[in-house]
Amino acid sequence: MSVLSRPWLWSWLAAAAAFSLTLGLTSGRGAGELGYAALSFGAFAAIVGLGQMLVITLGPGNVDLSIPATMTLAATLALKAMGSDPGTAFLGLVIALAVGFGTGVANYALIFLLRLPPIIATLAASLIYQSLAIWSNRGLRIKPPAGLADFATGRFLGLPNVAWVGLALAILVWIVLERSVWGRWLLATGQNLRVARLAGVPVELVRASTYISVAVFASLAGYLLASFSGGAALNMGQEYLLMSIAVVVIGGSSIAGGNSNVPGVWGAALFMFLVVSMLNSYGAGAGVRNVLTGTIIIAIVIAASSRRART
Amino acid sequence: MTFLARHRIILPVVSLAVLLAATFYMQPRAMSYFGLNLLFNLAVPIALATIAQMMIIMVNDIDLSLGAFVSLAACVTATFLNDAPMLGLLILLALVLSYAVLGAVIHALELPAIVVTLGMSFVWGGIALFILPSPGGAAPGWLRTLMTVKPPFAPMAVVAAVFIAAVTHLLIMRSGIGTVLRGVGGNARSVARAGWSVIRLKALAYGLAGLFGVLAGMALVGLATSADANIALRYTLLSIAGVILGGGEFTGGKVSPTGAVIGAFTLTLAASFLSFMRLSPDWQIGAQGAILILVLTARLIFRQKGSEA
Repeated sequence: MSVLSRPWLWSWLAAAAAFSLTLGLTSGRGAGELGYAALSFGAFAAIVGLGQMLVITLGPGNVDLSIPATMTLAATLALKAMGSDPGTAFLGLVIALAVGFGTGVANYALIFLLRLPPIIATLAASLIYQSLAIWSNRGLRIKPPAGLADFATGRFLGLPNVAWVGLALAILVWIVLERSVWGRWLLATGQNLRVARLAGVPVELVRASTYISVAVFASLAGYLLASFSGGAALNMGQEYLLMSIAVVVIGGSSIAGGNSNVPGVWGAALFMFLVVSMLNSYGAGAGVRNVLTGTIIIAIVIAASSRRART
Repeated sequence: MTFLARHRIILPVVSLAVLLAATFYMQPRAMSYFGLNLLFNLAVPIALATIAQMMIIMVNDIDLSLGAFVSLAACVTATFLNDAPMLGLLILLALVLSYAVLGAVIHALELPAIVVTLGMSFVWGGIALFILPSPGGAAPGWLRTLMTVKPPFAPMAVVAAVFIAAVTHLLIMRSGIGTVLRGVGGNARSVARAGWSVIRLKALAYGLAGLFGVLAGMALVGLATSADANIALRYTLLSIAGVILGGGEFTGGKVSPTGAVIGAFTLTLAASFLSFMRLSPDWQIGAQGAILILVLTARLIFRQKGSEA
């Protein structure tokens, strides 16, 4: 397989194009700052995108619509437990991940026990998580502990800490997908559930662990995002619903499942941030910016599908 | 097949009836012309959006841009349709046509609808922001009159629901073209073999979705009297939930227009139900989720009985 036919290449090329077009305007000034900002904000999209990618890999109809609600709920409960006290960052992380685990189990219980289509199960459950978050967040605006906020906005070896977290997760997911039995089971299930079951793959176990993974990823992203932006807000997860699906598809994973692409998710996450900053620096208003973002997403999908048709 | 499995419409009807009975028990004063109108007023645009989503689900696709599209239609209604009716009408017509073109493109290039509509949601939202950067605009007088009319015997919302359900039932369930459209969802290949142009049928289904999306936006402005670019974003998820609540399935062209309208009304009622129970309004959204899960659980029981027989 030549480099050109790698599906993740296109999202990285698009990100590079957006990067250089933005810098073309400033004739190269601010390259470091732009790259740093892209890595910071891209990290959140990449973390939720990796989770969504695992779910989409499970095959047609599998998608988690409860990511924003899980992010908000995990962040709200974690910040409430930490109460801005120093030294509680680890407690908060444990609570956030536990919330993610809980919503993941709940989502899968609805899918498995009630035989609901995943779209509708995660949608209905997300309404309940949202209510829980509203109920527990009422009138509170808690700042994260200073140490945690410093970590979330800080840098290590010149790269933002959140990007390191996102990078580590990406490598972990990549190794699990490519090198572990579970990863092979996941791909087999996504390619043909019936065949995988007949071949002895514990299909329901794979599905359960996937839905739990995506929720844990979302809760981690929510915890980091709240620490990064100085507190949880009820609408903090909103944009990540469409974002998580968009980065998976732009990243070259097949929406039909059975085929996932880890590097592409990161490229697409960077691209989604860079295209907005590019349009901003060219002075486009919010309306024009959205129209162009949407057009670019569709153009990439069309390009990706015609490329598949040729090969 | 049991009686219940054959008549899928029974479950949505029973769900709505139970919820309505509980509401009346809790608050007897709701059982009046005025009370019903208050309860269901905002259900009319949601019902229209649900019908739009149903048209897409009918051909095995899903529309993630519907909320943004309804918001855009609302913005056009509150600005152009109010200031320059001819131009406004042309723009709304163009929106419907663009939906039909979208359907044709999705079919011709074999694109995943979920992703294309995802991208389109940015496009519609962007155009809406362009037209109405800050909340505002005004509802055309005739639309305001239409949405607040007080017909005899039953409130406007109920009359509108019956009307919408009857028209779409005739179109989708009774007419020849409706049957073929459902056939595209059931088995597109055999429809094509039978000599139909699937691309035209898909364009028609999407065009109908666009039409009902525009109507939803207009109805919303008639009630809300102004618009903003985010006014209907939650309709995307509500409309999907409404279709499923009404007995529809994501695949196979199994949809029910009457059920979809009832599903939309059930979801609206679920949100206000808790305020009658004097519980905190924090749980309004959660109540919609809980009732959605309850009804779908009931459906599971129906289906198991059906498969046993």
